[in-house]
Amino acid sequence: MPTARRVPGNLDLSGATFRTATLDKLSNVRIAAPQLPLGPAKETHSHKAQPVSRLKILALLPLAVALSGCNYIVLAPAGDIAAQQRDLVIISTVLMLLIVVPVMALTVLFAWRYRQTNTSARYEPDWDHSTKLELVIWSAPLLIIVCLGALTWMGTHLLDPYRTLGRINADRAVDQSRAPLEVDVVALDWKWLFIYPDYGIATVNELAAPVDRPINFRITASSVMNSFYIPALAGQIYAMPGMETKLHAVVNHSGTYKGFSANYSGAGFSGMHFAFHALDDKGFDGWIAGAKSAGSTLGRAEYLQLEKPSQNEPVRRYGTIDSDLYRLILNMCVETGKMCQSEMMAIDAKGGLGHEGLNNTLPLAYDKYARRGTALGGEPTFVAGTCTPEAPQGQTTAAIKAPLDTAPLLGAGLKRPTFAPLKSSSFFFGQFPKSDS
Amino acid sequence: MSPDLLKLIFGRLTIESLPLHEPIVVGTFAVVATGGLVMFAGLTYFRVWGYLWREWFTSVDHKRIGIMYMILGIVMLLRGFADALMMRLQQALAFGGSEGYLNAHHYDQVFTAHGVIMIFFVAMPLVTGLMNFVVPLQIGARDVSFPFLNNFSFWMTVGGAVLVMASLFIGEFARTGWLAYPPLSNIGYSPDVGVDYYIWGLQVAGVGTTLSGINLICTIVKLRAPGMTMMRMPVFTWTSLCTNVLIVASFPVLTVVLALLSLDRYVGTNFFTNDFGGSPMMYVNLIWIWGHPEVYILVLPAFGIFSEVTSTFSGKRLFGYTSMVYATVVITILSYLVWLHHFFTMGSGASVNSFFGITTMIISIPTGAKMFNWLFTMYRGRIRFELPMMWTIAFMLTFVLGGMTGVLLAVPPADFVLHNSLFLIAHFHNVIIGGVVFGAFAGIGYWFPKAFGFKLDPFWGKLSFWFWVTGFYLAFMPLYVLGLMGVTRRLRVFDDPSLQIWFIVAGIGAFLVFLGILSMLMQFAVSFLKREQLKDVTGDPWDARTLEWATSSPPPAYNFAFTPVVHDNDAWWDMKKRGYVRPLLGFKPIHMPSNTGTGIILAGFATAMGFGLIWYMWWLAAASFIALLAVGIGHTFNYHRDFDIPADEVIRTEDARTKLLAGAK
Repeated sequence: MPTARRVPGNLDLSGATFRTATLDKLSNVRIAAPQLPLGPAKETHSHKAQPVSRLKILALLPLAVALSGCNYIVLAPAGDIAAQQRDLVIISTVLMLLIVVPVMALTVLFAWRYRQTNTSARYEPDWDHSTKLELVIWSAPLLIIVCLGALTWMGTHLLDPYRTLGRINADRAVDQSRAPLEVDVVALDWKWLFIYPDYGIATVNELAAPVDRPINFRITASSVMNSFYIPALAGQIYAMPGMETKLHAVVNHSGTYKGFSANYSGAGFSGMHFAFHALDDKGFDGWIAGAKSAGSTLGRAEYLQLEKPSQNEPVRRYGTIDSDLYRLILNMCVETGKMCQSEMMAIDAKGGLGHEGLNNTLPLAYDKYARRGTALGGEPTFVAGTCTPEAPQGQTTAAIKAPLDTAPLLGAGLKRPTFAPLKSSSFFFGQFPKSDS
Repeated sequence: MSPDLLKLIFGRLTIESLPLHEPIVVGTFAVVATGGLVMFAGLTYFRVWGYLWREWFTSVDHKRIGIMYMILGIVMLLRGFADALMMRLQQALAFGGSEGYLNAHHYDQVFTAHGVIMIFFVAMPLVTGLMNFVVPLQIGARDVSFPFLNNFSFWMTVGGAVLVMASLFIGEFARTGWLAYPPLSNIGYSPDVGVDYYIWGLQVAGVGTTLSGINLICTIVKLRAPGMTMMRMPVFTWTSLCTNVLIVASFPVLTVVLALLSLDRYVGTNFFTNDFGGSPMMYVNLIWIWGHPEVYILVLPAFGIFSEVTSTFSGKRLFGYTSMVYATVVITILSYLVWLHHFFTMGSGASVNSFFGITTMIISIPTGAKMFNWLFTMYRGRIRFELPMMWTIAFMLTFVLGGMTGVLLAVPPADFVLHNSLFLIAHFHNVIIGGVVFGAFAGIGYWFPKAFGFKLDPFWGKLSFWFWVTGFYLAFMPLYVLGLMGVTRRLRVFDDPSLQIWFIVAGIGAFLVFLGILSMLMQFAVSFLKREQLKDVTGDPWDARTLEWATSSPPPAYNFAFTPVVHDNDAWWDMKKRGYVRPLLGFKPIHMPSNTGTGIILAGFATAMGFGLIWYMWWLAAASFIALLAVGIGHTFNYHRDFDIPADEVIRTEDARTKLLAGAK
């Protein structure tokens, strides 16, 4: 969705339309909280102290005390997007409390007042209708929902993760002369791969970004669904194989924050977290230089090793990368000889190969690390790649290496099943035409 | 024997499939097996099997089937809750480098099983059981439209539960989360039997649910007593009607989506694979098109129960009956327009997300109206705080909180930071426990005297109530807090020690709920022992308003000797007011359906077929399928489907009641 750069004033959710006393207080929470002990949480903040009137601090005291014991990262994030999302959480809650509190109070009041033993209360057993009351009953929630609906419509569009940023924080617009940081994110089983295409480096389980510079994430996954989430930075978005999602965010305060997968993805899910370093420009350049100087290379072959399931992976850095790697991962054709999804779609868009296309499949020796056919289905196949500049003769099966262990994988460290699919059963459901092999 | 022959007979079932290496499972099995053996021996010793078979298992009486559904729900609650306790313990322990006591292989099964069991085999049976028992009585009918189908539906639900329970001791259950999203649940990443248990457990039970939905719709539409127009139906019947419409419209979607997943898993199609044009997101859409109506399937009958209870115990007509009915219908329709709010974070555009966010919020308008209607039913009433009313008050206070967090999650940008977090877990437990479970308990307390002829003991009931309510708040308020700290769901180990205290508090809460469940079981036992003291001879122990209270407790097999005529939406209240005199003469033979064992036999074969498909025992699957067809067709030649209760017997039954009523005065 191409979106025009927005005028900074327009996207200020806490701007004129929605600026409330509550919001004023809340925008201060972030400032007040670090002055109190942050508890044993690992995350460190170095917020710039800003002048806050004493009265406001006093008004905040209960909230600040509640916040000080623990790290309510969702309520006190370090990135502008997450802060705006937090504002929406607060405004919506307050709006709803307008009706929830009276209902709860009335429930208790009526339950107490009209208890059986209280014979002085009025008793009207046949009173069951009042048009006026009905009007109130339906219109009060309706009004709240009209407000909330308007807020939702605006908030959802303004905070659409696909939308490029227009501001760094509430007071500063994006500096157009400074290019955003591009990061390609791949969720693997069970670790995160971050590729920095502009710097030619990649890391595993470690992400860094300069403060106040917009970050454009492109996100995909290798095998199953995950969700890419750094609560301090911005809301989450799913990472899905063969598909790309996007996230635009910016971090405003330096520090180290936690990122993780927010969608269960199998045995190693609990260990699938990483550190997100928000650094100043100098620190970030140093970090990039550090990664560059790490000797290792991430090419297609190394990636195929890396994507195999493993748990609680340490941080890794790659100084050199295959610049085409992310595109290949996204199109599920890192293995040589497999047709990329983009090519397949281009062919299909032109009408496809028809029945002849069935001949363009090869027996599948290695599809990621799993899926080796079903009990009753045919032999697994994949679509063979067409010729490319790198391989003008077309791809051959020679490049596809079968893994040493062909048993289906259950996950790292787990027992292997004793069952192997019945190979001879493919006649049940017809055979798939295959090329000679 | 040769390995090939073994494989032919046992498919992929081998001795290694038994979880002998898991001490927790072995221990559980020992306890269950011992308990089962003791029960089996006891039943055999007291020669109860024949009675159970004739009077219960083969019964087509909607009341007995309803009671059996409730028993199933409560038994499965124990299993589902055991899973909950295990999770709470694991999460309270696994800090500071500790792995806790469950490995990923076991823990991931536990949370999947917990979700599946609680929704499909606890909440659904409790709700279906109450509808089955109450609806025909409330509309003045003698049974449901298709009594045999009703029996069959029940046993199919049991069949699904049996498969899910079998996975505990034979093989393993799914490790995918309760909705089994592909690609994780597809053959590539879950090659073992867990997901197959999930699929066939739900498919077998799903047949039962769909058929019971059709049955109850037909019953409500066709079998109402004369004079009971749609707008004179009790609210519980209305909510049941809407729920069953939802069931019939949504369960086929679940059946289809699971069938497509099984095709992927068994014959290598590519509906939900990453490759070959498959789309896992399609599965997510389809399963939530079933899944969202499902939560209204559960909560609408609970709303109906609260309406009946509030009106009865406030001694007042229900405030705003018409708006209550319209609110229910509006919720029914809207529940189909919100499914996408379960995955705002999957990359839909802002307009799509806003649309589904706003439709979701709109549901809170009729729900809010309902809340006010209960409130104004209490207003100027004379409220008796019997146990069902206490559950209702607890519901009203709890449910608004859950509703509020629900609307909050419907704001897409808010959902981006709270999706899949423990905040979400707290939210849906807040509405399901605060709404459905409290509702089911209110319903059990309210209709128990109708079903068994004696009230439940209030002391143990109140104890259970307070344990449940405080336990619920202690268990789930910390999860809201944790969600705001950015803690996500389904984690097995944690590295931030500051979170541990919240998990410990939540664990204590779960333990209190456990005491609540024990107190409830105690309540049933004590009430049974004190049944003479707690006896209800009038048939109307609460001075209630709807037709089920016009007959005796427990009602005779035929429910009503004469079909009542309805003039008002509180039919029984109206009859009492107008000085209704119970007829003592003129009884005629009553035409009733006969019991049949076909339902349980069919369900048995369906379960065996599921088991065969799960383990790739193709011969078993094929044989059971053929048997299923044969018995099904054979049953169509059974002409002994009905009989007449002779007038003599009706007279004897009614005379006995006359004496009982005279004695009560």
